[in-house]
Amino acid sequence: MRRSMLFIPGNTPNLLINGGFLGADALIFDLEDAVSPDEKDAARILVRNIMKFMDLRGCETIVRINSIDTDYWKADLEQILPQKPRWIMLPKTGCAADVLTADAEISRLEQRLGMEPNTVRLMPLIETALGVENAFAIASASKRVGAIFLGAEDLTADLRCKRTKGGAEIDYARSRMVMAARAAEVDVYDTPFTDVNDDEGIRADAEYAKSLGFTGKASISPRHVGVINEVFSPSRKDIEYAYEVMDAIRQAHEQGRGAIALHGKMIDAPIVARARQTIAMAEEMGVGKAVQHEES
Amino acid sequence: MKNHKVVASLEEAIRLSGLKDGMTVSFHHHLRNGDHVLNMVMEAIAQMGIHDLTVNASSLFDIHAPLLRHIENGVVTHLKTNYMSGGIGRAISAGILADPVEFRTHGGRPSDIELGRTPIDVAFIAAPTADPMGNCTGKYGKSACGSLGYAIPDAMNAKKVVVVTDNLAAYPLTDWSIPEIYVDYVVAVDAIGDPAGIVSGTTRITRDPVGLVMADRAAQVIRHSGLLKDGFSFQTGAGGASLAAAKYLRDIMLREKIHGSFGSGGITGYLVDMLNDGCFEALMDVQCFDLKAVESIRTNPRHHEISASHYASPSARSAVVDSLDVVILGATEIDTDFNVNVHTDSNGSIMGGSGGHSDTAAGAKLSMIIAPMFRARLPIITDRVKCISTPGRDIDVLVTQGGIAVNPKNQELLLRLKDAGLPVVDIHDLKEMVERTTGTPAPVREGGRVVANVIYRDGTLLDTIRSVPAK
Amino acid sequence: MEIIKRAIAGTLESSDAYVEIEPNAQGIRCELESVVEQQFGDNIRGLVEEILAGCGVKNAKIHIIDRGALECVIRARVEAAVMRGKGE
Repeated sequence: MRRSMLFIPGNTPNLLINGGFLGADALIFDLEDAVSPDEKDAARILVRNIMKFMDLRGCETIVRINSIDTDYWKADLEQILPQKPRWIMLPKTGCAADVLTADAEISRLEQRLGMEPNTVRLMPLIETALGVENAFAIASASKRVGAIFLGAEDLTADLRCKRTKGGAEIDYARSRMVMAARAAEVDVYDTPFTDVNDDEGIRADAEYAKSLGFTGKASISPRHVGVINEVFSPSRKDIEYAYEVMDAIRQAHEQGRGAIALHGKMIDAPIVARARQTIAMAEEMGVGKAVQHEES
Repeated sequence: MKNHKVVASLEEAIRLSGLKDGMTVSFHHHLRNGDHVLNMVMEAIAQMGIHDLTVNASSLFDIHAPLLRHIENGVVTHLKTNYMSGGIGRAISAGILADPVEFRTHGGRPSDIELGRTPIDVAFIAAPTADPMGNCTGKYGKSACGSLGYAIPDAMNAKKVVVVTDNLAAYPLTDWSIPEIYVDYVVAVDAIGDPAGIVSGTTRITRDPVGLVMADRAAQVIRHSGLLKDGFSFQTGAGGASLAAAKYLRDIMLREKIHGSFGSGGITGYLVDMLNDGCFEALMDVQCFDLKAVESIRTNPRHHEISASHYASPSARSAVVDSLDVVILGATEIDTDFNVNVHTDSNGSIMGGSGGHSDTAAGAKLSMIIAPMFRARLPIITDRVKCISTPGRDIDVLVTQGGIAVNPKNQELLLRLKDAGLPVVDIHDLKEMVERTTGTPAPVREGGRVVANVIYRDGTLLDTIRSVPAK
Repeated sequence: MEIIKRAIAGTLESSDAYVEIEPNAQGIRCELESVVEQQFGDNIRGLVEEILAGCGVKNAKIHIIDRGALECVIRARVEAAVMRGKGE
């Protein structure tokens, strides 16, 4: 379950050591924009040590390496891969070839380190007009790609438009990303909401992203993590309904009935699939059984 | 004019007051780290050759460092206070005073003064504005500090009262905090303090993400405590995370249209905003922390000045703290029995004091400690705090970034927070989790001498503080 | 591994450590200033020796100003200083 992804600057010990306590499902250790060029080496070593020795309390680890047009990205992978990050985030991914370049280097290192192939997954960060136009090609370029992630700050600079709170300027990119990701059967993550002090704004932005079909949302502020988790979690009502659906299925099965109705509505395959997803998520959140228990 | 109270100099006032060797003088701390009066008075006393005095000051700040010289010279031989910042505290911890300092609370101090346990011979009251008969206030003048709450019990109970002001106004000063009936002498000086050190321009909430996460959790705990409803009353310290919690609480109260009754304690601009936004009917103000609070107490009739006794005295028939729903407090350490230390630092050196900590914790229905799991690699949770400032029986919940630990004595709160899905964790497990991150610290060496006694608000001895050995 | 030049890593921020390493004729000389000297001083000195040995550094002067850094942070800063001090 990955609803929230929280950016943590890669050379800031005070934030790195607290990452596991901030409630995010995944942490993005950032070696790219958050680290100045003359500290890239120290940040890599620091992130490697944090990953090796800190208890991140079940948070998934994502490392944002430097883009493949820099001199840093191979050294980033070299240092970080032995710690088996769940994900490598590849910034400024513009086309399928970018994915394949990174994929080849990761494969080489996986083999050298004796890791199972595709242990480390790739999350291309799409933040250019070219990347958005190539979103499906990127998402389906390699089996290693498990999710794509929209970066709206760089994208709007590339589009030569202003980034606004309403976000009309990224509507097309958001829809295109969701479409591409779902077509390629990978997850898709929304861009951070950057006004740290706007509590209403973050909620509306996250709800909108969810309504478009995003899997979750990234954040640059720990303050936003709670809201993102809340918005991207199934509601109590959703969970109760999912259990009802599964109960109805079981009963129909026992009674040998084919067509199943619940509250006068036919239950078809997509509804069952969604109920299964909801229950899986509820169980991971630790609230699955509670609801079931109350019902019995 | 029947009575001429204005005298030419501090020396003259001290002489007229009849101060002699072995007596007790008192001071308030409304001018905080900008106060000049304690130093001016003690210097004059030293010049006059008076010795062996007890200084009873509601708090001591680093600006009062000259006091250490008076201790070394035998002018001052006893100290009673409620709070002492690190510069003074280090010297006390090193053992410069033969007899232990007596620490009280903001409520215990006036209680003991009124009950005659700690009589005051001469009270020196720094007053930002006073008239020639001694009616005085903190609301006006270049050194304005707002409330004079801590000075009121001293004025009412000392044998002699000297008002020291740098803004002598025409009689009668009608908007007084302390009326002339208690005042013997008035002295005008050039400056009673440095405005920059008296009140902060603005107090700001923390920008530290960990602090904000804790503040958010704290607001959620209050929201789900069952206490956040119409009539709600609230106090918080001026620490960055506590203020952030107040801000988030305000957002919740406005969103859910909850009309509270009062906010109390040391008042900051954040509580003033809550008053003006309709979160509270009134503020009960014993001390102002920033300019916004000073402006508000001067102009807003719903912003009330209260005395230290009214604020927190345990021997008053009732005090404001007795009507508190929720208080947010800090801690330098907390142990697995929820005892809290706010007196000493990680090396055992004095750097604080109870202030209103244990008074509000005793009075409030929900006493919350907000603190990071560790500071500079030092775990906040210990097996036993180095000094008990507030007993664990008065603490309901600890909020950290890694989880919320509820005192088992408050099962109702535990159930409510669990039900709300908040990350509740046993305090022992939390301690273990922190130590897995930081490593287990080696025990700190303790000196052999008792340098301070911590006296609980009811007058009983709560704990002792030992000297810190030289390196 | 030889330390051939003076190098620094880390910062003086809270929870970080500032590490300075220099060539030394003979053996390891470690100076530590720490805000948690009483609680973790010996532990940190032991750790630094262990890290230098692990990197194969036999001769170095190392000066650490510790702002309450966790062990893994001290480790990272010492390693970074060594990498920078060994030259190319």
